[in-house]
Amino acid sequence: MAQSAIDKNEMNAEKVAGPWKEAWRGFRKSKVAVVGMGIVFFFILLAIFGPLFTPQGINEQNLTNKLLPPSNEHWMGTDDFGRDILSRIVYGARISLWVGFLAVVGSAVMGSILGILAGYYGRWVDTIISRIFDIMLAFPSILLAIAVVSVLGPSLRNALIAIALINVPNFGRLIRSKVLSIKEDEYIMSAKAIGMKDNRILFSHILPNSMAPVIVQGTLAIATAIIEAAALGFLGLGAQAPSPEWGKMLADSRSYLTNAPWTMIFPGIAIMLTVLGFNLMGDGLRDALDPRMKS
Amino acid sequence: MGDRKKILDVKGLKTTFFTDDGQIPAVDNVDFHIREGEVLGIVGESGCGKSVTSLSIMGLVPSPPGKITGGEILFQDKDLTRLPEKKMREIRGNDIAMIFQEPMTSLNPLFTIGDQLREAIKIHKRDWSKKQINDRAVEMMRLVGLPRAEDLMKEYPHQLSGGMRQRVMIAMALLCDPKVLIADEPTTALDVTIQAQILTLIKNLNEKLNTAVLLITHDLGVVAETCERVIVMYAGKVVEEGPVETIFKDPQHPYTRGLLQSVPDMRFKKDRLYSIPGNVPKPGTIHTGCKFAPRCEFAFDRCINENPDLYQTADNHKTRCFLFDPKEATAHDRTAIKS
Repeated sequence: MAQSAIDKNEMNAEKVAGPWKEAWRGFRKSKVAVVGMGIVFFFILLAIFGPLFTPQGINEQNLTNKLLPPSNEHWMGTDDFGRDILSRIVYGARISLWVGFLAVVGSAVMGSILGILAGYYGRWVDTIISRIFDIMLAFPSILLAIAVVSVLGPSLRNALIAIALINVPNFGRLIRSKVLSIKEDEYIMSAKAIGMKDNRILFSHILPNSMAPVIVQGTLAIATAIIEAAALGFLGLGAQAPSPEWGKMLADSRSYLTNAPWTMIFPGIAIMLTVLGFNLMGDGLRDALDPRMKS
Repeated sequence: MGDRKKILDVKGLKTTFFTDDGQIPAVDNVDFHIREGEVLGIVGESGCGKSVTSLSIMGLVPSPPGKITGGEILFQDKDLTRLPEKKMREIRGNDIAMIFQEPMTSLNPLFTIGDQLREAIKIHKRDWSKKQINDRAVEMMRLVGLPRAEDLMKEYPHQLSGGMRQRVMIAMALLCDPKVLIADEPTTALDVTIQAQILTLIKNLNEKLNTAVLLITHDLGVVAETCERVIVMYAGKVVEEGPVETIFKDPQHPYTRGLLQSVPDMRFKKDRLYSIPGNVPKPGTIHTGCKFAPRCEFAFDRCINENPDLYQTADNHKTRCFLFDPKEATAHDRTAIKS
């Protein structure tokens, strides 16, 4: 009988309003956030399927067609090599989203581990980790990224590593403070009182309960990471030619600003929209997740 | 009743907090015991050391700054203060379980009730099958009087009321048939009507399962309803100990008397409720003399200079007050306190 109860349990699992479903309900209430999510999904779809439909290959040059203004044939015009800007932007979405996502996952994982260790074990562990964070935060982040890239050598991969590294302290501090407050929650004490082990408490109680702000911070951090990647690309420290990375495209179009502004406007709009989408979505998530899952 | 076996014996327990302001003895030389199946109450104002006493038994005193600095806690011939953490974990939840004051936050908000109950069993019964674990959880939910136990297993803590959550906590504490249940202010955060239900539940489970209960509270009404024996604590020390009827009919220590007078009595309408003058002294501020002396209306010079012992005044009745020192000749003072 109890076996059938378990089966029923699994069948009905969808109906129960879990904390995540609850959060989704809160998220849906904010129209702006839903629009943000729409933009984000649009770019994700574009990154995945876009390259299948682009009018021209990304590196296909046609020097007779160089610096053409937007037209029916080239919706966003062409650049100084006669490459179709729309095609390059569509492919560039792949690069930007991929870099933003990977960098943030990297820094969130590293930051979470360090933050949890610092917050839970305290004492000298906390002192060492927190001081390292302080030192890293003392530098303007883009400067730090430039320093890391100049050590590793300019490339998209190294830019990604640099961005992941400089964002670690943000996540680390966030998690650390969250862990400090969760550690005092009574369910931690009652978990100890039923004989639960430390690492079990860390992973089944403290980690899941500190994830909400990480998701919010992560969404917002993707936006910054995309900008940082573009900035590094612009400075020539990130993606290298002929990569259609948006920042790199901006940098290449500098000399044509007056006579062919579309070479700069469209990559700029792409960056702006993606960042806007992630920011709006992040804000919505914050509102949905932060007020501690109202009962 | 008196010949039941002592299940938990606390001897000379001292728990000290090491802070920037010096050492603070939160629990100072406390002795008491619980017999099998007994309900023992510990009463006192906030800050008197009752919660630290219970955390000391569980080995959960926040450290740093807290540390057990003396005495022993004997459970089944083992001294819990000397047990390594690994052995202690096997005892927690399995032999000695604890429930807390705040049922609203004592459950992890991200997991279902069922998940948390099953997890609590899994910790101690590693060889049980899934079905056994699930059956046990449902059985305990029914035992603590939760309706539609199977449905509740799938719900999240925020979907339950405070009283229901406290029932879940009690179920969780009793899953592994502990010998001792420590309840730290289990009803303080609940409505009065729910309070009564939870107390009745604890009392019933105590009788049904023969689990000894250590009930920590500041509410004398709770003690009167539930306990067989009471310990009154003040500033980290036991000041009076005795069976519940005796304590209520014949309170001896001036502090206990003060506590009893502070309980509103509906039969007599008074303009002002009685309150003991002053506050609980900050732990560690009074070094010599009776710690209650500054607030005591019967205090005399000996109270300020000497530490009173726990004097045996009747068969099961002990009081830490010079008025009850057999050597103290001023018997008239004792009559003064009675009237």
